[in-house]
Amino acid sequence: MSLDNKQVKEIAYLARLSIEDTELEQSTSELNNILSLMADLSEIDTGDAEPMAHPLHMSQRLREDEVTEENLAEEFQAIAPKTGKSHFLVPTVIE
Amino acid sequence: MIMHNLSIAELIKGLKNKDFSSVELTQHYLKRINESKLNAFISVTDDLALSQANEADLKIAKGDSTLLTGIPYAHKDIFCTKGVKTSAGSKMLDSFISPYDATLSHKFNLENMVMLGKTNMDEFAMGSSNENSYYGPVKNPWDLKKVPGGSSGGSAAAVASRITPFATGTDTGGSIRQPASLCGITGIKPTYGRISRYGMIAYASSLDQAGPMTQTAEDAAIVLNAMAGFDTKDSTSATKETPDYTKKLTNSLDGLKIGLPKEFFSSGLDDGVEKVVMQAIKEYEAMGAKIQEVSLPNSMHAIPTYYIVAPCECSSNLSRFDGVRYGYRCEDPKDLDDLYLRSRSEGFGKEVKRRIMIGAYALSAGYYDAYYLKAQKVRQLISEDFKKAFQSVDVIMGPVSPSTAFDLGSVKDPVSMYLADIYTLSVNLAGLPGMSIPAGFSKNLPVGLQLIGNHWSEELLLNTAHQFQLKTDWHKSTPIEL
Repeated sequence: MSLDNKQVKEIAYLARLSIEDTELEQSTSELNNILSLMADLSEIDTGDAEPMAHPLHMSQRLREDEVTEENLAEEFQAIAPKTGKSHFLVPTVIE
Repeated sequence: MIMHNLSIAELIKGLKNKDFSSVELTQHYLKRINESKLNAFISVTDDLALSQANEADLKIAKGDSTLLTGIPYAHKDIFCTKGVKTSAGSKMLDSFISPYDATLSHKFNLENMVMLGKTNMDEFAMGSSNENSYYGPVKNPWDLKKVPGGSSGGSAAAVASRITPFATGTDTGGSIRQPASLCGITGIKPTYGRISRYGMIAYASSLDQAGPMTQTAEDAAIVLNAMAGFDTKDSTSATKETPDYTKKLTNSLDGLKIGLPKEFFSSGLDDGVEKVVMQAIKEYEAMGAKIQEVSLPNSMHAIPTYYIVAPCECSSNLSRFDGVRYGYRCEDPKDLDDLYLRSRSEGFGKEVKRRIMIGAYALSAGYYDAYYLKAQKVRQLISEDFKKAFQSVDVIMGPVSPSTAFDLGSVKDPVSMYLADIYTLSVNLAGLPGMSIPAGFSKNLPVGLQLIGNHWSEELLLNTAHQFQLKTDWHKSTPIEL
């Protein structure tokens, strides 16, 4: 199966990326080439193989519920594009 | 004495015997870096390096030093370094000054090591040629028209050209081993979870693993000692105890069982590369190793499997770059959606966007089972192949890359670039340790031999590599004019 230009635009938007109309044709063709490489997967008989999410089959380690982080609010705000007193600023969301 | 040709083991002796100070060593390397034309560094941290070297010399004078105190190194620009720009090779992080240290950076600082600078890399570690860097491609020191490999291309080129004693790298699908092979140096990707990923900018979290890139296997063992170990700050860090990786280097290889996967020697492998690899295997035979064929039937599915799993994880990991808290933000966003869309579209390069989109698609409703879940099942099969093979052999050997370094700009379509990762990807999918060591030359370009071990067998891999380097001189070859 292959993607058309409209689908590619939708996928890009899902990932909050935009594609210029001038680049759309090429992006669609590149993504389709990559997806045709993936088509091989459907041919493989995976039987009852368990999906492998962790290379060592480990489960998430839990720790004590204690505060371990220092308060770095000032350092984190110092590198943000735009900040207010104790928050990050973005364009108005609610009028 | 030519300082920059010394191994770390020799530099440690030199510092101890007061043949030179850490400041002298650091000045020597900084001079070489500033004269270098390879574009191997994104940032050179001259002032920081000299102050760290000064401090190291004081510590050494007081007898308050560790093995690596005063040893200079280059840090891949994917590791967060407090107060120093950490770009991951991306416009997105061009202005990012990290507010904290990666665990690995912290460990090196505790030993009073000297950071010379941050090395160039493919953007967010996505690439096999270093051509995807916002800061321009790195050149291969053996031939300036060729790529150094990727994504740790700056690190590999810097070690090969002897402008740093060693460099850090990261390997998600071959990013330590492939550039090590193409530049003629030694590199090891340890077992998944061996080195902390805290503060190492994430690409694909179930595959990413850091490792040292050095001149020799002995150096790799020395540096791995300083890098490895459990870290409470990384939830996927292994609690398993770390051995002293230098202890077994001298073990004999008599009776070592080496497996050659027949799938690694089929069509697509360059004749010159195959010849060098087989010559190296003969060398091992002469040392008493027993060679046998093994089969990894599913390893040939590693490309589609990896290029589903890794982009899925990357589309999730890179969603944090939103133009709000740090990194690039577009000019005058008209609303929040515009802020996200333009910051990400302007901040990310082409290959990164491509992988994010593949991941977003493969994870989207209706396609998850066909792509992501299926790829995870094939990943299991790939892993089981290795498990079976390691029942009959100790180490698996083969090529690292199907060819030697290719021309800059010569591979234009993404799929052809992906296909070159065929021999390295399955190792990451299975979480195994893998190594590349210099094994010879084909048409004047270096060829690496890949060593793959079972989980937690880094000691055996380093031992196997070190014994080869005692018998051969390939790791001592340096590019001319250096």
